[in-house]
Amino acid sequence: MIQLVETLISGLTLGSIYALIALGYTMVYGIAKMLNFAHGDIIMIGAYAVIVSVATLRLPAVVAILISVAVCTLLGVTIEFLAYRPLRQSPPLTVLITAIGVSYLLQNVALLIFGSEQKSTPRMFQIPDLKLGAVTISGVALLTLGVTAVIMIALTLFINKTRMGKAMRAVSEDKEAAELMGISVNKTITVTFAIGSALAAVASIFFGATYVYIKPTTGSMPGIKAFTAAVFGGIGSVPGAMLGGILLGVLEQLSKTYISTLWSDAIVFGVLVLVLVVKPSGLLGKTVREKV
Amino acid sequence: MGETVKTTPKLLPAGKSGIRRFLNADRVAVLAVVVAYAVVAILVYTGSATRQLMNMLISVSCYIVLALSLNLVVGLLGELSLGHAGFMSVGLFSGCTMAVLLHDTLPVILCLPLSMIVGGLAAALVGLLVGLPALRLRGDYLAIVTLACGEIIKNVITNLDIDGTPLRGALGIDTSSIRMSPTELLPYAIVLVLVTMLVIMNFKRSKHGRAIMAIRDNRIAAEATGVNVTYYKLMVFVLASLFAGMAGVLYGYSLPTTEASLFDYNMSIEILVIVVLGGMGNLGGSIIAAIILRVLPEALRDFSDYRMLAYSILLIGIMLLSENKRFKSWKSQVSLGSLWNKVRAKFRKKTPAVATADAVAEEPNHTDSPKGGDGQ
Repeated sequence: MIQLVETLISGLTLGSIYALIALGYTMVYGIAKMLNFAHGDIIMIGAYAVIVSVATLRLPAVVAILISVAVCTLLGVTIEFLAYRPLRQSPPLTVLITAIGVSYLLQNVALLIFGSEQKSTPRMFQIPDLKLGAVTISGVALLTLGVTAVIMIALTLFINKTRMGKAMRAVSEDKEAAELMGISVNKTITVTFAIGSALAAVASIFFGATYVYIKPTTGSMPGIKAFTAAVFGGIGSVPGAMLGGILLGVLEQLSKTYISTLWSDAIVFGVLVLVLVVKPSGLLGKTVREKV
Repeated sequence: MGETVKTTPKLLPAGKSGIRRFLNADRVAVLAVVVAYAVVAILVYTGSATRQLMNMLISVSCYIVLALSLNLVVGLLGELSLGHAGFMSVGLFSGCTMAVLLHDTLPVILCLPLSMIVGGLAAALVGLLVGLPALRLRGDYLAIVTLACGEIIKNVITNLDIDGTPLRGALGIDTSSIRMSPTELLPYAIVLVLVTMLVIMNFKRSKHGRAIMAIRDNRIAAEATGVNVTYYKLMVFVLASLFAGMAGVLYGYSLPTTEASLFDYNMSIEILVIVVLGGMGNLGGSIIAAIILRVLPEALRDFSDYRMLAYSILLIGIMLLSENKRFKSWKSQVSLGSLWNKVRAKFRKKTPAVATADAVAEEPNHTDSPKGGDGQ
């Protein structure tokens, strides 16, 4: 029982990291209709930004977090401006290959600057573990869960209540019509990339705090998992990405604890395939009726 | 996908046999490949080939087969597949396991083709299994399922450790007993590449190929005209994984050991990049791109640290350039394809219409890709 509760909590923690990353994928997909393959590598850059500012520049943790968020946001917006904006009207595969190119670029730049050996993330949070009876919950897990919950509520409010959120929903529904209504599509997409990358930075901080070691290829596996989570929940749907991320994390931890660490990836991806076969547009995705 | 399907019926001169028609698939491309391999073979067997060239031969050949087969899924069927390396590894591990077990009893000339067939069939079977659920899905959902299947295959092979077989899970297979040098493998590689080319090129212009391109261009219209979408989608998946599996066996023969973790989604993406750069649906383009993209990193080896950086910048640059309007109009004026058209236009006046019907039917479908016009 204790083991189950602890597994569920670590699953929720991992799941919230996935969810934060998946939000970036799903928002960009919903609005720009592209798979941003470089998103996972933004996490890696964010983690390095924390390491550099804490370990090398000796900055306090709060400043380091702000720097990481700023670096990622700037990077996301720059990538969008330089690489994706010229391809707005291009076939999706061209954009996909460009995104893959950007992903390779970020990995190799990181490789040149930081080298291929892994670096450890400095301990930034000194939060005591919480003991509830026999169950111990680590402080980092609590912080991750709390911050993710706040971010998700804030994001939902932002999308549903603000003018910019309304613009984002309009652009994702119909780009041309939104433009005719006076919405600047480019500005909306820039804001989307900024939010997505900032969320990736937050995810990178928790990822670093949980998994400690970072190397240039660190971003790709959580990136792929989060991408899977986004599709799992229904790509383009914000609540879907949250749900998909958390379910994927819980599923992964459960299969690691109760079945086998070796088979966990196969199990997670297998469940994903099954779910998509039963519900082809993901858990919360909209089924688009085809018109002839 | 704005292109229309070229369904121009082929006017074949009377008396042309099936075999000759089969070999006539795409004269320029087939001829170019034959000539290229002949030159390479002369270099290799006279001993004047550099070690670098020798080492690349087999992997380039494998990638040509992989790219051609992935082009069936991505270019002809128009579905994104991110798990091609998975099918390759199924072929590699099943075929090479058999080869390691049999190489004492069978001569290589029988053992290698046999294990290639076994590997290909095993991969085709897995392709069928992946294709079945994938039928319900479309677009990015299908892409993620193929990616997931590729990762599942990798995970399963990594965990397989059955006593009595050479496959040792995470350690992979020890293929040192069947390993062959590039010189010995070259004839098999040439045969595999040529067979793949001929089969896929003929498949593309057959009734089936046209049906598949019709599904790509407009699924609903194709279905309405009686094209069996389910059947053709499965057919493409099976055929593509068959060739990927065969390429896998060839690849396995050239390596001392292999482990499943090599065949992850990064490799699938590498193959996808080749297909997209070569021009989707353009088989000649796939071959050219496979050669360039495999040779380029080797050629840049002197700049070891910077070569992947250069590769990624090139990739982004090519993509941005290929979508640049000014570059597009410049390219259409100077490209090899348009030169070829001009030459052919002159030539056409002298020959009867029958011969040129061939050429019309084989116009590339996607002229918007970087090498769209040059491949054929």
